[in-house]
Amino acid sequence: MNTETQNAARRILVKGGHLIDPSRDVSEKADVLITAGVVEAIDKPGAIPSDGAEVVDARGLFVAPGFVDMHVHLREPGYEYKETVATGCLSAVVGGVTSVACMANTNPVNDSGAVTKYIIDKAKVAGLANVFPVGAVSIGLGGEALAEFGEMFEAGIVAVSDDGHPIMKSSLMRHALEYAKMFGIPVIAHEEDLDLCCGGVMNEGLMSIRLGLEGIPSVGESAMVARDIELARYTGGRLHVAHVSTAESVEMVRRAKHDGLDVTCEATPHHFTLDDSAVAGYNTNAKMYPPLRTERDVAAVRAGIADGTVDSIATDHAPHHRDEKASHFDEAAKGVVGLETVLPLTLALVRDETLTLERMVDALSTQPARNLGIERGTLARGSVADLVVFDADRAWNVNATELASKSKNTPFDGWEMRGKVTRTIVAGRSVWEDAA
Amino acid sequence: MERKRHLLGLEGVSAEDIQVLLDSAETMIEISQRDVKKVPVLRGKTVVNLFLENSTRTRISFEIAAKRLSADTINLSGGGSSLSKGETLADTARNLAAMSPDAIVIRHPSAGAAILLAEVLDCPIINAGDGAHEHPTQALLDLFTIRQAKPELKGLTVTIVGDILHSRVARSNIYGLLTLGAKVRLCGPPTLLPPMFEHLGAELHYDLATAVRDADVMMMLRIQRERQGHNFFPTLDEYARYFCLTEELLAEASSDVIILHPGPMNRGIEISSGVADGPYSLMMNQVANGVAMRMAVLYQLIIPGHDGIRGSEIPERTPTSATG
Ligand SMILES: [Zn+2]
Repeated sequence: MNTETQNAARRILVKGGHLIDPSRDVSEKADVLITAGVVEAIDKPGAIPSDGAEVVDARGLFVAPGFVDMHVHLREPGYEYKETVATGCLSAVVGGVTSVACMANTNPVNDSGAVTKYIIDKAKVAGLANVFPVGAVSIGLGGEALAEFGEMFEAGIVAVSDDGHPIMKSSLMRHALEYAKMFGIPVIAHEEDLDLCCGGVMNEGLMSIRLGLEGIPSVGESAMVARDIELARYTGGRLHVAHVSTAESVEMVRRAKHDGLDVTCEATPHHFTLDDSAVAGYNTNAKMYPPLRTERDVAAVRAGIADGTVDSIATDHAPHHRDEKASHFDEAAKGVVGLETVLPLTLALVRDETLTLERMVDALSTQPARNLGIERGTLARGSVADLVVFDADRAWNVNATELASKSKNTPFDGWEMRGKVTRTIVAGRSVWEDAA
Repeated sequence: MERKRHLLGLEGVSAEDIQVLLDSAETMIEISQRDVKKVPVLRGKTVVNLFLENSTRTRISFEIAAKRLSADTINLSGGGSSLSKGETLADTARNLAAMSPDAIVIRHPSAGAAILLAEVLDCPIINAGDGAHEHPTQALLDLFTIRQAKPELKGLTVTIVGDILHSRVARSNIYGLLTLGAKVRLCGPPTLLPPMFEHLGAELHYDLATAVRDADVMMMLRIQRERQGHNFFPTLDEYARYFCLTEELLAEASSDVIILHPGPMNRGIEISSGVADGPYSLMMNQVANGVAMRMAVLYQLIIPGHDGIRGSEIPERTPTSATG
């Protein structure tokens, strides 16, 4: 089946919705006509004749550039029992995410052009979301020797990261920031000083004291953020701070941006929604690195998203098999899935007036696309038609067993949510439609 | 449906329940002093001792307790985190369930292990120490020992000294003592006594001399030699210099002060031999009381409906919402 010719024939008119496109500062009722995979026309409601196009009725709904999630673990190759590129992409489009950047901690590690290409090929076969691989900073994520950025870049990576394996060797981080400049890609940093965090399994605080679990001090993160911001300042490199979780880190990123450094930053829905009280009862679905912090940190992360310090929202979607979470807390796998709950959790910030809807779409689509330097996150005329239609009010309950992801490790199981994706379009192709 | 009763920790256990258990131990002491130290109250019942971390003392204490009540005991132990390689704790638990035990006593190196067992099993679970979380029977026997020596726990000043951060004994004692109305002082170097402990309702001291002043009970914790290697303190010598309870320091305590130690003790490190062997030291009483206290716990949890203690609730994880 030749999708190119199919796309050429396919015309979709998204009609009657409220269009939000922060890339052009647009937030108004408008119809969008898609032809041959690109946005052909945008006009006042009713102004574009359907002319044989498939009509998507978006009345009462919002239309936005598809979400771009810069922090996803697709697990393939190597851990297909947790997730595959195909199941991860399905989970993505169910959640309105049309582009994912997938981390390098697969097996083998994505530290070569061959693995990068393998992932891209798998994504093509799946034909759902766009997949932009992130290459490893160091060979085998070993934290010692620089991987071949050039070979991976030519195969299609959009960033480098040793996510999950914080770079303890400061000279490696320095050289990564410098060398990545050759390709104009950011270094995405998982900021935890392993020496300070050593052995910890949850945030260090009253909750870890009560549960008798080894704590991870917040300074373990902020000390590394401080180091890497100074390295970015010194080298002029592009630093992206992944899953920021502490008030101090947010404040340091704020100052770095104020100083004009090339520093960007993301936060996850779990870090802006939950605090460490979610670990009560040794809930292994509340175990992840960096850990859930305190109420004060949650407030700081939210304020950071509101003022743009935390420019992007990313899920750190980290699928794990049920058995890996059924263990006692010390031994349980770390990480949670997030692609299918990112919209309602972010809409909660809109409802409590932390964010405007426009800023929400900016953080979910426009900013992360800019951070990765990919031509997405916009619905300007002529751009790739990656688009999400959502109902901001629809109530639904999370039932982990019904998630499209192969893994069900969500801390939000049983939660009542508001806001649901009703249609996801990738390159002019409708890849997901809510049945209800 | 009858609710299963557990003893997972002392956090959240009511003063009434603690009193019932302490009173019950009173009866058990009497049994232990008889010529024939055995009563048939748990005949035909099976108690599984699942010890996944080495602890000969606690295991023997539980075993004697079960035998004095005529229960059958099965001892399962293993150094690692599972009985056979690759088996999860939950699977181990399900295997045990097939043996239809009437109670499971669990000791495990990881915090939360007893709670995990209580979630998957249908019989009373007794926590015999889970990581740095809780060790409720140790705290109960400490409370019992204090109650034997003092007319009332309420209003007493109890000072706990040592590695508070890593101590499940300290945590369980803090909860139990505060619930019964005692005042709790915690003492140790700041590396082993984080400020968060204050939020549990205790007073923090870095100076042993002030922590001893007018104390009614001194509870000395065993210092783990391994902590030295992680820079929690420079050397055992220096630890002893600041935190060893000596007779001179003890002179500042209440005149009828008593000394507790969960054992095994390091003489000359957390406690001087003079104090350990002194008349105010109740360590041998603790050992004897440990058996009686564990008899009481087994009895109260296994015999349904008796005095109706509620014991521990399994902590709930309540789903919430993001509907704004
Ligand atoms: Zn990470």
